[in-house]
Amino acid sequence: MPHTIARPEVTPQEANPPGSTPHTQSSSSVTIPVELNVNGTTYALSLDPRTTLLDALREHLHLTGTKKGCDHGQCGACTVHVNGRRQNACLSFAATHEGDTITTIEGIGEPDALHPMQAAFVECDGYQCGYCTSGQIMSAVALLDEAIGPDDADVREAMSGNLCRCGAYQNIVTAIQTVRGKR
Amino acid sequence: MELFQLSRADDMRDAIVAGAASQTAQQGAQVRFLAGGTTLLDLMKLDVEKPARVVDISRLPFDRVETTDEGGVRIGAMVRNADLAMNPLIHEPYAVLSQALLAGASAQLRNMATTGGNLLQRTRCVYFRDTAMPCNKRVPGSGCSAITGFNRTMAILGTSDACIATNPSDMNVALAALGATVQIQGTKGARSVPIDDFYLLPGDTPERETVLEPGDLVTHVTLPPIPGSRSLYLKLRDRASYEFALASAAVVVNVADGRITRAHVALGGVGTKPWHAREAEAELAGAVPDAASFARAADAALANAKAQSQNGFKIELSRRCLIHALTQVMQSV
Repeated sequence: MPHTIARPEVTPQEANPPGSTPHTQSSSSVTIPVELNVNGTTYALSLDPRTTLLDALREHLHLTGTKKGCDHGQCGACTVHVNGRRQNACLSFAATHEGDTITTIEGIGEPDALHPMQAAFVECDGYQCGYCTSGQIMSAVALLDEAIGPDDADVREAMSGNLCRCGAYQNIVTAIQTVRGKR
Repeated sequence: MELFQLSRADDMRDAIVAGAASQTAQQGAQVRFLAGGTTLLDLMKLDVEKPARVVDISRLPFDRVETTDEGGVRIGAMVRNADLAMNPLIHEPYAVLSQALLAGASAQLRNMATTGGNLLQRTRCVYFRDTAMPCNKRVPGSGCSAITGFNRTMAILGTSDACIATNPSDMNVALAALGATVQIQGTKGARSVPIDDFYLLPGDTPERETVLEPGDLVTHVTLPPIPGSRSLYLKLRDRASYEFALASAAVVVNVADGRITRAHVALGGVGTKPWHAREAEAELAGAVPDAASFARAADAALANAKAQSQNGFKIELSRRCLIHALTQVMQSV
């Protein structure tokens, strides 16, 4: 048998009555212990196994800088760093991230000590409504360590996983190119 | 999303034993392996997949890319798409594969998605993804909504009266052109399956997409050596990036003394499986690489294409895609 890292533990009072339907079962409170390292702090959580990394960050750790847009890996609003690389937090279960190092927008800068990419987004007006911005910035910070070409078109391609409904793309590219020293 | 039991496989044997408890490894499997999660979580959120048990295999040690004794390359099933695309054994030597990987999804998804997971990527057919609608692939016998509905993005090759869903992968198209082999470990030991045989045509059983049986675990993908060849992947889509192919072409060509000595061709975005265009290869073998032979090859590749009400444009698009890919690959080097 596989070593169980996340077997649901159902306490008697939480258990479903016999004959309950799968739907009833799925709405019951079944939790598993999960340890997450986020922004340098280790948190011991008790999570439903269905909890995504995104929901763990927002609803359990109250790190609401990471946004939920499509919840299907199509918009990039939930972009965080896992072991230094950008990923969609909506498409993985939190319990599978034990042992990983997670970094969110709260972990890269402070209001009085912005990350250079955050400062560049402010300077270049790289947002309008701001909803996609934390995902854009997390993606842009990770991009600095990736092998992509020098041109604006290269940045646009590398940032295509982050949608902006306001259409701030041109200023986002400018902000990123400024930090990369291409402007 | 339905509740499930989540566990982590300590080793390959753990995973196989856990997987073998499922009644099927195809649509509706009771046990699912979880690697990158980019397909599985998506479909679980839609209630298209409702496994009772999810086995995390992402930490299994199939994470290397290495040369084989035959001079080819062996790719671990857990190698992430981004890592594979940039690996020095792949990036230049198997340019078609690197280009296909980088043409797929987004940087975030490529950091998550694995080689084995991409092999098993599911169709983007909107009816497959919508549990309110009939779909023979999701619920056998319920009917195909796409044939009489929105079918602009659906397949034109390998379709049946039961299903016209397109295989959406870019990577798989390159693997089909390269003649890759899928290495599988299962309850009866190890076996190797050529990529053309790994995928099944929909026929009357579109819920069966591959030869995988319960407990089967894809461990590696092996590429043969392609000495002296030039290769290229061309993808055409509705927007410039982060979109599935309407038509794509993977070509691997050897040229000597002004003639094509060997050509491998596969088409994407148009087939119910990654489409190995053998008819095109036969036209190209021994031919002078020019516009006329490329056109003959493209005509042959699409000769059996069957259009639906909205996707007839794909026949000409796919034809031109292949011609352009062949033209471009001859200009490379």
